[in-house]
Amino acid sequence: MGKRLGKQTVKFDSPPSIIATASTVGPKEGKGPLASYFDVVLQDPLWGEDSWEKAESKIVQKTIERVIQKANLAPEDINYIFAGDLLNQLTASTFGIRGLNIPFFGLFGACSTMSESISLGAMVIDGGFANYVVAEASSHFCSSEKQFRFPLELGTQRPLTASWTVTGSGAVVLAKNGTGPYITHVTTGKIVDLGIKDPMNMGAAMAPAAADTIVTHFQDTGRTPNDYDLIITGDLGSVGKELALELVKKSNYDIENVFSDCGIEIFDPVTQDTHAGGSGCGCSAVTLAGYLYKEMQNNKWNRILFIPTGALMSPGSTQQGESIPGIAHAVVIDNQRV
Amino acid sequence: MAQMQDMKKEYAQMVERVSPKSHTVRDCARAFWVGGVICTMGQLITNIIKSFGYNQDEAGLLTTITLVFLGILLTGLDIYDSIGKYAGAGSIVPITGFANAMVSPAIEFKKEGYVFGVGARMFTIAGPVIVYGVIASVIVGIIHYFI
Repeated sequence: MGKRLGKQTVKFDSPPSIIATASTVGPKEGKGPLASYFDVVLQDPLWGEDSWEKAESKIVQKTIERVIQKANLAPEDINYIFAGDLLNQLTASTFGIRGLNIPFFGLFGACSTMSESISLGAMVIDGGFANYVVAEASSHFCSSEKQFRFPLELGTQRPLTASWTVTGSGAVVLAKNGTGPYITHVTTGKIVDLGIKDPMNMGAAMAPAAADTIVTHFQDTGRTPNDYDLIITGDLGSVGKELALELVKKSNYDIENVFSDCGIEIFDPVTQDTHAGGSGCGCSAVTLAGYLYKEMQNNKWNRILFIPTGALMSPGSTQQGESIPGIAHAVVIDNQRV
Repeated sequence: MAQMQDMKKEYAQMVERVSPKSHTVRDCARAFWVGGVICTMGQLITNIIKSFGYNQDEAGLLTTITLVFLGILLTGLDIYDSIGKYAGAGSIVPITGFANAMVSPAIEFKKEGYVFGVGARMFTIAGPVIVYGVIASVIVGIIHYFI
């Protein structure tokens, strides 16, 4: 158990490297502040398909094919794919990769899926069970609205606390050997539920889980906020970010100066009418694969704590009056192989 | 357990404090003028139909049909959702909103086929309005019978 630190953290003996990333986003994300960081910006959210679900699967397929290609590998070189999405029974992921012939683990962590896939992929590599792993997550605004909320053409008002599901997929190839950035630590989150029931305020539902994982990470590793150039959550949005900041402060850690959120970075709330910010598995996935990875290569940041956050509810659980449990998994991405 | 309840209560207050509130006065004003315009249009349509010699009941029925048609048309043209986003209850409450609530799921679930998609899902939003509308009318009918 030499790799374990504290209650929830593992530190890798030989940290796996991210050797390539790929991202595909929808038209709205392509008009947002991070547009220039994405590999492919779609002009049409259907991408020539005849349903939102098929479009999402195509996005998954093309993004995974692209990331394998960018890593100069062939599909046969990949030992496992770890991937997930928001659709029932993970059909976006499984239908997308059914032609690739690569062993697959399907994951559901709601919007926290990107760090779940990286965590498990890195563990499998450090454990000696794989040389190359693809970690991926996706979401599609239209298929998510259809499954979780209302038909697109319904004339409703979204509350100001609501978020906007990102259309897109982000994928990374993790490798045993590489030149970085490296996955050095993983702090796996536990389910935290402080009783929020409003599915139009998911930031509030997830903030306690994010804060819990961040604080646990500091306690397990003995690190402090000063050890990081950036601490970035997945899709807390403007409301959840405030709350997480306050909750972390209660445990005597001040992360304010290094704290951001992918959901806040990806859209401009004023011109894009996205209210609290972006959300969905794709939100943190494309932000990592595009913005964070490229800026780490530019040495804008050398060590980041990446914490995608998930709201673990279903339309049925909400209708039955259940509260929304949250989860957040943290991954340390470091330019140095510490 | 009691401690958890306190934590939840305290957190609920935090969320309440941080969450932005919707602009009630502005939203009411928008709902008022858009809803008013839709109703005025209805009256205008009724007057035009009556000028062709129809009586009040016939004109009322034809007006309803016309407004439902317009609601459906604007939904299909991807316009009604923008009106709804701006006006809120102003465009949900009039009968055009009912048309929108029926047709938008029909469009959305067309891929699931005409039986389990369009036919079944059409009522996911407007269904309760029909159910409770009928129940309410039965109750009112019974009261009316006795007085």
